[in-house]
Amino acid sequence: MLRVKGIHKSFEDFKAVSGANLTVEAGQLVAVIGPNGAGKTTLFNLITGQLKADRGKIIFKDEDISKLPPYEICRKGIARSFQIANIFPRLTVFRNVQVSVLSQQRKSVRLFRPAETLAVEETNTILEDVGLSDKADATAGSLAHGDQSTLEIAIALGNKPELVVLDEPTAGMSPEETAATMELIRRLAGSQGLTILFCEHDMEVVFNVAESIMVMHQGITIIQGGPDEVRNSARVQECYLGGA
Amino acid sequence: MSKGIFSLKSFGPIAALLIALVILPSIIPRFYIYILAVIFVTALLAMSLNMVVGHGGLFQFHHGAFYGVGAYTVALMLTKTSLPVWVGFVAAPFVAAFVGLLIGLFCVRLTRLYFGMLQISLGSLIWAIAFRWYSFTGGDDGIHGIPLPSLISSTTGAYYFGLILLIISLIVMFLIFKSPFGATLQAIRDNPERCEAIGINVRRHQLIAIVIATFFAGIAGVLFVVVEGSVFPDLLFWVFSLEIFVMCLLGGWFTFAGPILGAAIMISLRTFAGIYTEYWTMILGIMLILLIFFLPEGVWGYLVEKFGFQRKKSLEKERQ
Ligand SMILES: Nc1ncnc2c1ncn2[C@@H]1O[C@H](COP(=O)(O)OP(=O)(O)O)[C@@H](O)[C@H]1O
Ligand SMILES: [Mg+2]
Repeated sequence: MLRVKGIHKSFEDFKAVSGANLTVEAGQLVAVIGPNGAGKTTLFNLITGQLKADRGKIIFKDEDISKLPPYEICRKGIARSFQIANIFPRLTVFRNVQVSVLSQQRKSVRLFRPAETLAVEETNTILEDVGLSDKADATAGSLAHGDQSTLEIAIALGNKPELVVLDEPTAGMSPEETAATMELIRRLAGSQGLTILFCEHDMEVVFNVAESIMVMHQGITIIQGGPDEVRNSARVQECYLGGA
Repeated sequence: MSKGIFSLKSFGPIAALLIALVILPSIIPRFYIYILAVIFVTALLAMSLNMVVGHGGLFQFHHGAFYGVGAYTVALMLTKTSLPVWVGFVAAPFVAAFVGLLIGLFCVRLTRLYFGMLQISLGSLIWAIAFRWYSFTGGDDGIHGIPLPSLISSTTGAYYFGLILLIISLIVMFLIFKSPFGATLQAIRDNPERCEAIGINVRRHQLIAIVIATFFAGIAGVLFVVVEGSVFPDLLFWVFSLEIFVMCLLGGWFTFAGPILGAAIMISLRTFAGIYTEYWTMILGIMLILLIFFLPEGVWGYLVEKFGFQRKKSLEKERQ
């Protein structure tokens, strides 16, 4: 479904991503792991268009999306969450998700229908799925950190994506919140059949969830394979236990 | 109207205010009728600006330019052509919106402060045309004695005309504020980057917002001509745009009705303080500083926070 081929991105002279490859098949739950600064966020920003690649290709459903602006990439069916909560702080939790649903339904330029009556069911379903229903009327900016990260995911789901890209969904979460979030991700991948790509710096979190794991180190893809293959890879051992 | 949009709770006070405004001209002196009419015009203008500033998060620094374009369009059509009056009235908002579209097309390519700076430059260009082109616009003298239909040429007539147009405009603006477009616009204000990521073409939405806002500024321009019977280049001068901007900040730019309050306060201040002092711009500056430090959400925003918030809290308690 998604193929990243030899992608490169430099900031000034610094090579943040220099040769990353990634394959995500439809229905898969894929994780990208690597220590902080490995280039995971940069890679995701390249995939969803916030950054433009210097070199390389990003193919989504047989189409090169590497030159498209973020909103067009989203419309092709890729939605994302951000590592640092990137929500609409002055709007309610409900509205945060609703805006995303309205965009997906192409209703965001309607002028004379009350928004209150549109996309309500879809929005409520998502809030229920992620467990934010009871906070629907709260101002998003006032939520606790963990809830803001959950809202991040909810906003992404509002786009009814085929592929969801989650950038460190558990960043800054307590162990309990982390467990709950991973459970949510597993559930979304399972029951809703979503294709999910997420990244993590903590390896342990990933191994019992992901079907396929891509390991990144200093901007380069070291390996992509199943959990066992990755765990036993000599090069991964080297990077994580030795040099890194 | 569909339920929930115009809540019953606010219906009482609004109805009372409307009745008062309808009756007032028969009991107050003409000068005050005139001042109220000026407040209507300015309130509409400030409300139109707030659509892009408060709800859209755009640095629309030269909104007065579009107001001026609207006013000049009416003035020129009424004095230089023999077209029916209503044609000029209808054309003005469209001309203002068209100029808004042209300038907006350039501005939305830039971010924040650069957006504002480019708009000041382009708006000042229009001001320069109005100021310099004597043979067409009357230059710095402006155009006076614009012929108006007798029904609205008296102060009271202008007052009612202004009140009606203001109310209609406010209803339309409120519908837009509450629409999916309004919601999306507020989301863009809060976080344009995130909006792009959820499939929203941010620039296009901003451009639509500018066109709508400048359309209403054009209506305010029409009202100005009706109330004053004249136009002059000061309408398009950037200092006046700053004044409208302060009205939004003063009233509360994250609220819907705040700018009306801001306009009322500013016009009253200018009218009554302006008589005694020449330092109006200085007062303006001091007010802006005080606002930024003490009332960042504006008067209305402050009231909502202080009283509206408590109401919500007590509601929550009731639920438990
Ligand atoms: N906008 C930027 N400008 C300059 N350097 C950046 C920028 N974004 C990321 N970097 C650098 O690129 C490297 C990779 O960052 P990032 O992709 O955020 O890593 P990760 O998400 O894996 O922790 C880091 O060393 C970071 O400092
Ligand atoms: Mg990161």
